[in-house]
Amino acid sequence: MLDAAFMRRWMTATAAAVDREAARLTDLDSAIGDADHGANLQRGFTAVTALLDKEAPATPGAVLALAGRQLISTVGGASGPLYGTLLRRTGKSLGEAAEVTREQLAEALGAGVAAVAQLGGAAAGDKTMLDALLPAVEALGESFAAAAEAADAGALATVPMLARKGRASYLGERSVGHQDPGATSSALLIGALVEAAA
Amino acid sequence: MSGPDPLVGVVLVSHSAAVAASVAELAEGLAGGGPTAPVAPAGGLPDGGLGTSEELIVRAAESVDRGAGIAVLVDLGSAVLTVKALLAEGDELPPGTRLLDAPFVEGAVAAVVSASAGADLDAVEAAATEAYDYRKV
Repeated sequence: MLDAAFMRRWMTATAAAVDREAARLTDLDSAIGDADHGANLQRGFTAVTALLDKEAPATPGAVLALAGRQLISTVGGASGPLYGTLLRRTGKSLGEAAEVTREQLAEALGAGVAAVAQLGGAAAGDKTMLDALLPAVEALGESFAAAAEAADAGALATVPMLARKGRASYLGERSVGHQDPGATSSALLIGALVEAAA
Repeated sequence: MSGPDPLVGVVLVSHSAAVAASVAELAEGLAGGGPTAPVAPAGGLPDGGLGTSEELIVRAAESVDRGAGIAVLVDLGSAVLTVKALLAEGDELPPGTRLLDAPFVEGAVAAVVSASAGADLDAVEAAATEAYDYRKV
């Protein structure tokens, strides 16, 4: 079963992964975006872990809802409302339960991903974070490791895609050949689930 | 003791503080001589950098809230997504806050002019959205 402590470990592991990979995220973002993805997410997840240390919400849903709220407040770029909505909607979908199963988390994360798709108006294949998150949600029913693998594969699969959303879409064909920064950071988020479960 | 009906407030959200403030100034200038609807820019990040600040948006919305609703106009990207996320997921913005689907500059002028004339939020939205229909070529 997954409790509030698990969700805090997930957020802490995500913050550590974003720290570790910030330069790579920014490099990917300078190819097709505005070169701030690494720094923005670093600022956001650092603020998330600081707030969770201070407030220590009691349920898994409350941890994720608070984390999402904090990302919307602190990121300052499009990844703030997108990741913020993802975690907040996932947290709200988990409800008030003190513990949830992996299957319940998969279902709630599915609701979070759907909210992100609606917010950004994007679909699978548009070269966005959805290309990592959608296959991850599918595989999360099986195991954390399977979800992480699916997210990595999904992020890699964005390389040949043509960007249809956000700043990268202004580049048209020139966006082809670059891995999407949002899909890459989404794979870090899903990969951190494996660490939280270890 | 009731005065005139309260006016719709207008919030202008841009990645750039200068753009938001200048568009606010332009719209107020074009709204004519009389008293204008309350307008507040929410541009850039609190440190002055380019970006979208939830804190500045919430503060701007609160500052123009007269109880008649608030029309929010946005430029692009994170400005659109941040306002939509705030409206969809929470209660941070005053009740009656609405994101308008309109071009930023032309929509802001239409919104401030109509709001200053006493239009309600539906009419302000219609005026701002109509700005898309005005072809320049």
